[in-house]
Parts: sequence; C-alpha cells; structure tokens
Amino acid sequence: MFIFEFKSAPLKTLLNSKQLDLTLQRLAHQLVENHGDFSNTVIIGIQPRGIFLSNRIVKLLKSIIAKKTIQYGMLDITFYRDDVHTTDIPVPSITDIPFSIEGKRVVLVDDVLYTGRTIRSAMDALIDFGRPEKVELLVLVDRRFSRELPIHPDYTGNTVDTILTQKVKVYWNEKDGKDEVVLIDKI
Amino acid sequence: MLSVKHLLGIKELKTEDIALIFKTADNFKQVLQRSIKKVPSLRDTTVANIFFENSTRTRLSFELAEKRLGADVVNFSASGSSVSKGETLIDTVKNILAMKVDMVVMRHSASGAPWFLANHINASIVNAGDGTNEHPTQALLDAYSMREKLGDLKGKHITIIGDIMHSRVALSNIYCLNKLGAKVMVAGPPTLIPKHIASLGVKVEHDLKKALQWCDVANVLRIQLERQHKPLFSTLREYALYYGVNRDMLDSLAKDIVIMHPGPINRGVEINSDVADSRQSIILDQVENGVAIRMAVIYLLSGKRDLDQQV
Repeated sequence: MFIFEFKSAPLKTLLNSKQLDLTLQRLAHQLVENHGDFSNTVIIGIQPRGIFLSNRIVKLLKSIIAKKTIQYGMLDITFYRDDVHTTDIPVPSITDIPFSIEGKRVVLVDDVLYTGRTIRSAMDALIDFGRPEKVELLVLVDRRFSRELPIHPDYTGNTVDTILTQKVKVYWNEKDGKDEVVLIDKI
Repeated sequence: MLSVKHLLGIKELKTEDIALIFKTADNFKQVLQRSIKKVPSLRDTTVANIFFENSTRTRLSFELAEKRLGADVVNFSASGSSVSKGETLIDTVKNILAMKVDMVVMRHSASGAPWFLANHINASIVNAGDGTNEHPTQALLDAYSMREKLGDLKGKHITIIGDIMHSRVALSNIYCLNKLGAKVMVAGPPTLIPKHIASLGVKVEHDLKKALQWCDVANVLRIQLERQHKPLFSTLREYALYYGVNRDMLDSLAKDIVIMHPGPINRGVEINSDVADSRQSIILDQVENGVAIRMAVIYLLSGKRDLDQQV
C-alpha cells in the first residue's frame, strides 16, 4: 500500500527568539502610541493560539504604561465559523470577556493572519457582546496576498509572502518550549 | 468528534463522548448568560422535533437549544397529525425529511423506535425519550448538574428513587453514572424495581431512609401512572407514606444531600413541596442546564455534512 508521507522541514526562520522579543516590544509601543493609558481600550485575544500573543502583549503594556490592570479578554470563535459543516466539528475553547465592550476601543489579537476568515468570525462574535466604538487588529505575522476577505491588520509584527503549500508556525515558550516563528513547507 | 452519528442511548456512548458533550455544554452555558443568547453555528441546519408523546420541558428545551444555535425548527406532534389516519413512523419521518430537514429529535412511546428509525434514514437522530428505555439528554443534563454541584462524580453515591420499572430516565442515568464512575443505588417498592436491575451494577434498597442515608444525591422520579397497566401499589397515599421524600426525613439525615427531579413533579406524592422548593433542590438548575446540554449534543452531531447522503 502506498502511504503519503508528510514532511515538514522548516524552510526559513522568520523570527528567532531575540527578534520576536523586539517585535513584541515594538507592537506594544505602537499600541501605547495610539491608545495612551488604555482607559477606554480593551485587548481581546482570539482562541486558541492568539492567546499566547495577547498574554505577552498585555504583560508588556502593563510594564510600559505602569498600570496594574488592563481590560483583557479571550474570545473563542468556534460557533461563528463559516465552515462548521465542511470539516470535522470543531471543539470550542473558553470565551472570557469579563467587562462590557460597549463604546470601547477593541484591539483584536491573533498570531497569524491568513485568509481573514477567523477575523471575520471574531468580529461577528465580538458584536454579540456589544457595540464597540472601534475595532482594530493586531497580528504577529501577516501572510499577505492570501486574503479571501477584505481584512487588513492595523498592527503587524512581520509580513511574509507565502504560497498555499506553506504554513507559518509560531512557537511559544509557554507551550512549545521555545520562542520562534518559522515558515514550513507542508509537502 | 463524537464516536456516534446519532444520540440514541447513553449505552452506546463512550466516556470520552460524555466528556466532550460536557465540555461543549460549558461553552454554551456561557453563551446563555450573555445578553445575546445565540450563536450562528447551525444557521444552515433545519431540525424537526417529532413528538409522538406528550412533553413540556424536553420539547421546549430542545426547541430553545436549536433556536439558540441558529437552526430552523419545525415541530410535529402526533396528536392532530396524519398519524391518526394510520401513517407509519417511517413514512411520517421520510415525508418530513423530504422537506429538507437535516436532523430529527424524536420522542416515541415504543422502546427502540429511534434505533429502528436510524436504520432507515440518513439524518442524525436525537432520542428525546423512547418508551421505558432511554432518555439520553436527561441523563446527560442530570450528570452535568450533579457534577456542577459536587465536582467529579467518581466514587459519588447517587440514589435513584421511585418508579424505576417504567422510567427511561432511570435507565439512562444508570448507564451514564456508571460510565462516569459514580456508585448508583435504586430505591423503591419491589413492584416498581425491575427484577434483574442489579446486573447493571447498581445496589437495590427498599428502605427509603437507608437509601437517603447512603447517598450524596437523590434523584427522585415521577410515578408514571400512565404506564402502569396493572396496579403496582395500593394507593398514591400509601406510596407517599413510604417512599415520598419529605422535609422531616431530610432533616433527620446526618448530611445535606442534593435533591433532583426530572419533572414533571407530582407534589405530595414522590416529593413534598418543602423538599422540591428547598435550597437542597437543584431541580431548576437541571432545567437550565438542559438547554446547554442539548445545544452541545445537537452542535456536535451536526458534524460534517455529506451532501450526497440527503434522503
């Protein structure tokens, strides 16, 4: 019997640990530039993997603006996906938004922006919690030219041009034991 | 992913399936606390609730669950339908499915009816109670409510009291609690306890006081007079005297036990009002959790849609 073998050799390191750290610092400072002391701004990480990024960003923000609390929530978009019946049924993670987003400026945070469909779902999910004054998008890696919807990030860590068979993988120390962003070939 | 395509009975579920349903229900429970208690996951799905037997809670609960998942819902009840003209079960359901319905929730007075139907149609079926056999979503919401109150059910003592003989809730509860590692006892008069029930790994007790003393949770069942074709106890008053759970009895126990009842309640028969409405009772939590559990079941079963498989 013929067996397909999927090899995924790292093609290229996009960001090593040091560069990732610098990028996160820059993103945090850009946020502070636009949102000041975060009195009317909330951060919302997108489950599951956007949470690692949002955790780091929130931690950095707290140290930069010397504020103990920043309103920070997590959003799971599983029930808002547009592909529920085309894949195996996706299992949800926890949504935790312990504050009102009514009239707030919301920064959505996710690790990789690809087709834009996740962000579309996230915006739908978000609106069910109230009417924010403004929604912005922060991503660590923007795979531009792969968009299937008119969605554009406001804060971008790194931009890459990729083809369909490639995949961007973000490793986090908390979960994967190392900080690194790599581009891998799926085949 | 669930290991099953239909939810016919708890008997066929794996422990992991139950865990997945509970995990998903946690999410839906959280959705139900929002001001917009609705998600659009199943906006492309139509569900038919087909009830050949009366129901208040279950049917409302299913309908709310479906609507809160964004599904379209059609309701069918046997009374006033062409069933009285002699249409068979398969014909009825096939006709409903021909109107492009994706999922069927069915209650039927014949035990095994949903299994029979599952052999003849492709749509997913959720059993909302079949005769005296199973009522899987009730067992799931019961276990979920117990877990919410007590934490992990492993090693916990659960007593099911009353009409075990005619109760699909009892059987589904026994299967479910066994799978979750709880210890189960059934209590009631000998005439209402099936002969070989102990073979399911449950204790049998005929003394209500002892049964209550033993347990952490007492799930009190309704006396189903409509299913008793010959008298199994002399009067309701006598039943209430020996097997009715009342305040004095609970106060005489060394501990606070949790009181449950799947509804509808015969107040003053199997349970007194001062018990049913007490702080020990989680009867309304059961109803609340029912919607989240049913949302989880329907969501998980809606799964991957095979367009060629439509009837």
